[in-house]
Amino acid sequence: MDGEELTAQETALYDRQIRVWGANAQRRLTKSHILVSGIKGTVTEFCKNIVLAGVGSVTLMDDNLVNEESLNANFLIPPDENAYRGKTVAEICCDSLKDFNPMVLVSVEKGDLSTRSTEFFEKFDVVVIGYGSLATKKAVNEKCRKLSKRVAFYTVDCRDSCGEIFVDLQDYKYTKKKLEEKVECELNFPSFQEAVSVPWKPIPRRTAKLYFAMRVIEVFEENEGRKHGECSLLDLPTVLEIKKKLCEANSVSESHIPDSLLERLITGTIEFPPVCAIVGGILAQEVIKAVSGKGEPLKNFFYYDAQDGKGVMEDISNSFTS
Amino acid sequence: MDTQQQQQQSPVQGAKVLMVGAGGIGCELLKTLALSGFHDIHIIDMDTIEVSNLNRQFLFRRSHVGLSKAKVARDAVLRFRPHINIRSYHANVKNPEFDVDFFKQFDVVLNGLDNLDARRHVNRLCLAADVPLVESGTTGFLGQVTVHVKGKTECYECQTKPTPKTYPVCTITSTPTKFVHCIVWAKDLLFAKLFGDKNQDNDLNVRANKAATTSKETDDVFERAEDEDIEQYGRKIYDHVFGYNIEAALANEETWKNRRRPRPIYSKEVLPESLTQKNGSAQNCSATDDDSTVSSMPLLGLKNPQELWGLTQNSLVFIEALKLFFAKRKKEIGHLTFDKDDQLAVEFVTAAANIRAESFGIPLHSLFEAKGIAGNIVHAVATTNAIVAGLIVIEAIKVLKKDADKYRMTYCLEHPSRKMLLMPVEPFEPNPSCYVCSKTPLVLEINTQKSKLRDLVDKIVKAKLGMNLPMIMHGASLLYEVGDDLDDIMVANYNANLEKSLSELPSPVINGSILTVEDLQQELSCKINVKHREEFDEEKEPEGMVLSGWTQSPALNGESASTSNNESASTSNNESAVDVTESSSGPEIASKKRRLSDNDKRETENVESEDDDLMEIENPITVSKKKRRVA
Repeated sequence: MDGEELTAQETALYDRQIRVWGANAQRRLTKSHILVSGIKGTVTEFCKNIVLAGVGSVTLMDDNLVNEESLNANFLIPPDENAYRGKTVAEICCDSLKDFNPMVLVSVEKGDLSTRSTEFFEKFDVVVIGYGSLATKKAVNEKCRKLSKRVAFYTVDCRDSCGEIFVDLQDYKYTKKKLEEKVECELNFPSFQEAVSVPWKPIPRRTAKLYFAMRVIEVFEENEGRKHGECSLLDLPTVLEIKKKLCEANSVSESHIPDSLLERLITGTIEFPPVCAIVGGILAQEVIKAVSGKGEPLKNFFYYDAQDGKGVMEDISNSFTS
Repeated sequence: MDTQQQQQQSPVQGAKVLMVGAGGIGCELLKTLALSGFHDIHIIDMDTIEVSNLNRQFLFRRSHVGLSKAKVARDAVLRFRPHINIRSYHANVKNPEFDVDFFKQFDVVLNGLDNLDARRHVNRLCLAADVPLVESGTTGFLGQVTVHVKGKTECYECQTKPTPKTYPVCTITSTPTKFVHCIVWAKDLLFAKLFGDKNQDNDLNVRANKAATTSKETDDVFERAEDEDIEQYGRKIYDHVFGYNIEAALANEETWKNRRRPRPIYSKEVLPESLTQKNGSAQNCSATDDDSTVSSMPLLGLKNPQELWGLTQNSLVFIEALKLFFAKRKKEIGHLTFDKDDQLAVEFVTAAANIRAESFGIPLHSLFEAKGIAGNIVHAVATTNAIVAGLIVIEAIKVLKKDADKYRMTYCLEHPSRKMLLMPVEPFEPNPSCYVCSKTPLVLEINTQKSKLRDLVDKIVKAKLGMNLPMIMHGASLLYEVGDDLDDIMVANYNANLEKSLSELPSPVINGSILTVEDLQQELSCKINVKHREEFDEEKEPEGMVLSGWTQSPALNGESASTSNNESASTSNNESAVDVTESSSGPEIASKKRRLSDNDKRETENVESEDDDLMEIENPITVSKKKRRVA
């Protein structure tokens, strides 16, 4: 590999995980730079996991001031108003995360993610958008795709006791162990824009309902100019209206998306901490895989719903139509 | 807060929860419980914090190394949730104070343990106290969460768990074929012989020298005269165990008919005449007072624990490590036991195992790898623990709401099975032939004339049945018990019984005898039907006895399938469980089944995982359960 040895300190600290993914993967991890925006419960879990894993640096973006609500499902903010008053979520979380692993550089980046130039993203190997708007997710994903180096792009969203992860690794090569042999594999990921515009009709029926439901919520928030979690039962008629339109446009029956699921997604605005731990855990595992180049990555959506307990991956791309 | 969240909160806020284990899963679990609104959490863990914990046990910092895990975890969680009640116990869950009454105060028990023994103990106490148990385990990217509610779902022991692998004695002493055999030899025989209790039984010489010398002479080899030079002593040991013993073993032609013959190795072939001149500073090198950091590696210019050492390097480490034990840690000699966190012990065992491996033509391993095998180190990452902790809390909330139809066992998979990375499975009903929760008698085949009561206590009652404070009765006659309240005469009696063969006991145990074995702390009692048998196969039955009854034979499996199906027809059959079990078997799950059933037969080549008791990821069991469950 790149010839640089892990230090004795790193070998001692990372002993148990090196036994899982090997010293080369650990070396790649220590050189990776991760950008994270939108720091609520699930992203907090994600940050903890990658800081412990020993990535090179984590850059946090979230200019929201800490308030009572941000304490929910977030163990990085001590509930002391005197300590957090006037500080942003990113600043407070940065302080706590630094403490988890002194070998990881954790810093705060101020400002709005969606207005950043393409060059800004070049500094990173991984970009994670938590609870972003449809427009932000599309824009950042396009910028990442314009760069000559590959920036792994992820979005994550949790509502009620459900979670969604989206992954774009563009053209991704990895090695897979088949029996004793190592096999070179290649995957082609669609962009976020492509993945959310796949016609619904050819998508297999057993596909997670959450995929469709989340698209309805996305459109609702976009149309109404709402931020994540700014909704209630009062919005259900509007949401159902959007569902009807989308189903008609895609020539599928409205029963494709259960109303009860949409109701859960717009009323369960407080994150459920066990689901944050699960989805944040899966997301971190995927980022570790992508950075280390070890193991088959998730393509390209992951859904978890505590109600049925299933954590499924769905490959949604235009391959259904071709 | 909306109504749904409130519904989730109320049973949670009133609940009193016991967590066993504050390690990898425990740290994540305590955090998630606190965030989820649990207000009253008790946590037991006997361990203290080590550096290698810090990559995933995120409540701990470097400054906490050496402190109680339970206590530090409590303090760390109170920093972000100051108003909840967390009580920590820095103690072994098997201690008598944690009795059935202690367990009864809790609404649910959550396990985040790292060993089979403690898991079984907690399972029994939960059954006795009638408190639901949510059990968990992780290895690398694999994990599982299961729910055990007395009378409703199977208990933790309804399915046999693979117990840590034991190896036939002669494989270890004479005919190793895998590196793990060399490790066991170096750790349990050589290291124990040199640095452990001298009075312990030790097979180190017995077999190799049966023909050549008497055991008295060989014992003398290990005795070091007061004025004997340490290096000379080290070379003498080296030549004896790697040279002379191998040569003596080679004399027995019968052994090597179908085996590769080992090569005797003497120190003069691989090492210069005197090391002391070259490394004169060895004995007064930078002295530190901390025993666990004494190391031979800097002296020899070895840095990277992942590097493979050749025969010469291993031989140098062997001699230097041995010298350092005598130079720096003389006081401990005679009562050392191998500890994976003892650097010098790991170096010595790695070197000895590698020299033996070289002799037998087995590939050598790095210190890092050898340490993993010798210490039964569990592969662990933070993410799996976090996911499993989340799943535990989800099940715990269902248990508190008594939502029995929704209980699930969930498996975290590394490779998706039918698109699933997290796979829920409906829990199974209690196994009617489980000796723990259904009190089914066991059958023990044993040579009642040759086997001593001690063998029965150690190999069966403690090792197999997992009893902590056992009592053994034959009819009305009490043969053995353990406890603080025994008088000296009783203790002497029991000790005398331990050394007797079963048929010589005051109340002779012979073919057809029925023993009652009880653990008062676990409130577990079981009957053992004794069958006399003359001979045992040393390779296949190294313990010299065979316990059966709780292991289901295939025929039994079929029977319980029909029972289970009849019963499940009357209980509500949840849709999603059908979904999982109907199995439109893709290629992945098919290959998985094959791999797992191989694993079940315990013939995998992966020695590390065989030894790893956390490896009871129980997927093989899921498969058999599926068969049992599917109509």
